[in-house]
Amino acid sequence: MQTDSSRKRGAESRTGGSVSPYRYPDGFWEGVPVGLGYFLVSFGFGITAVGQGLRFLEALLISMTNMTSAGQVAGVTVMMTAGTILEMILTQLVINARYSLMGISLTQKLDSHCSTPRRLLMSFGITDEIYALAVSKPCPVGPSYFYGLMTAPYLGWTLGTLFGALAGQVFPENVRMAFGIMIFAMFIAIILPPMRRDRGILLTVFLAAALSCLVAFLPALRFISEGFSIILCAVVAAAAMAFFKPLPALKDEEGGREE
Amino acid sequence: MRIEYVWYLLAMAVTTYLIRMIPFTLFRKKIRSTFARSFFYYIPYAVLSAMTFPAIFNSTGNVWSASAGVAVAILLAYFRRSLLTVALASCAAAFLVSLLPMI
Repeated sequence: MQTDSSRKRGAESRTGGSVSPYRYPDGFWEGVPVGLGYFLVSFGFGITAVGQGLRFLEALLISMTNMTSAGQVAGVTVMMTAGTILEMILTQLVINARYSLMGISLTQKLDSHCSTPRRLLMSFGITDEIYALAVSKPCPVGPSYFYGLMTAPYLGWTLGTLFGALAGQVFPENVRMAFGIMIFAMFIAIILPPMRRDRGILLTVFLAAALSCLVAFLPALRFISEGFSIILCAVVAAAAMAFFKPLPALKDEEGGREE
Repeated sequence: MRIEYVWYLLAMAVTTYLIRMIPFTLFRKKIRSTFARSFFYYIPYAVLSAMTFPAIFNSTGNVWSASAGVAVAILLAYFRRSLLTVALASCAAAFLVSLLPMI
């Protein structure tokens, strides 16, 4: 393990030593492609949400206060099946738990301008894609760059739901029904390419889908609500895969133990 | 805006925000547990999969039009078409099948 002084120095170089070279416009332009992608996914969410019975403003508010696709779709399921508030909280906890890990990972990358009040605002922008962009920068990142990175995705996400919810209301019945599949088709587009690359992900997807179908179709398991089913199946599948096909152990560069 | 949904919306927004905010503001160490790292690596895919299946088959109100949409989505996603292509083609397939007279 490190001595006290070296650990302190390590902490300084992570959070105190340097100032990010990236400015707001750098982040903004990097975020534009993500914002366009978010517009599409969020458009699908808007249509699905209104199709399931949510009002325009309710769908829009969900997107403006969450900015997360899977959590929002599952949240609408809980609302439409009249689930409990506890069910809603647990659903969001499980589905969005990865943001905690990303947040932790991102703290190792921040410059000295990232005070606690600024982190409170920055943390709202932690999503899969924004995290991926920020964490892959060669130099430390600061608040203005990160705000830039958040801007286009947030606008895309909000406007997408706005237009999707409107489209859900103006299109004729049969077109609207067909649009209901859009966000699920996008989920397939997101999970399939990594399934081809990584056997662990492939098995995870099959296991979770099999469990989910089991819960949906076995009469003995009917008492499990749809919202809880998502949590249950996902946790069991991911835990089983983490047990049977774990990632390689971390490289031992910091004196931690090898497993 | 219906009043009974305010609590759902609040619970959702506050939970999601706290999940992002608390570790990002407070955490200073690195997660080393192989099991925890593996679990967090797999969980997004598990969630998306559990959410998509079998719900996608009910997403259009008709299991045949939905099945057509699923088949097209899987085929195009397998060949790494863009998100937009997969989404629109899947909707189009579901829509066309729903027009068939016997469906």
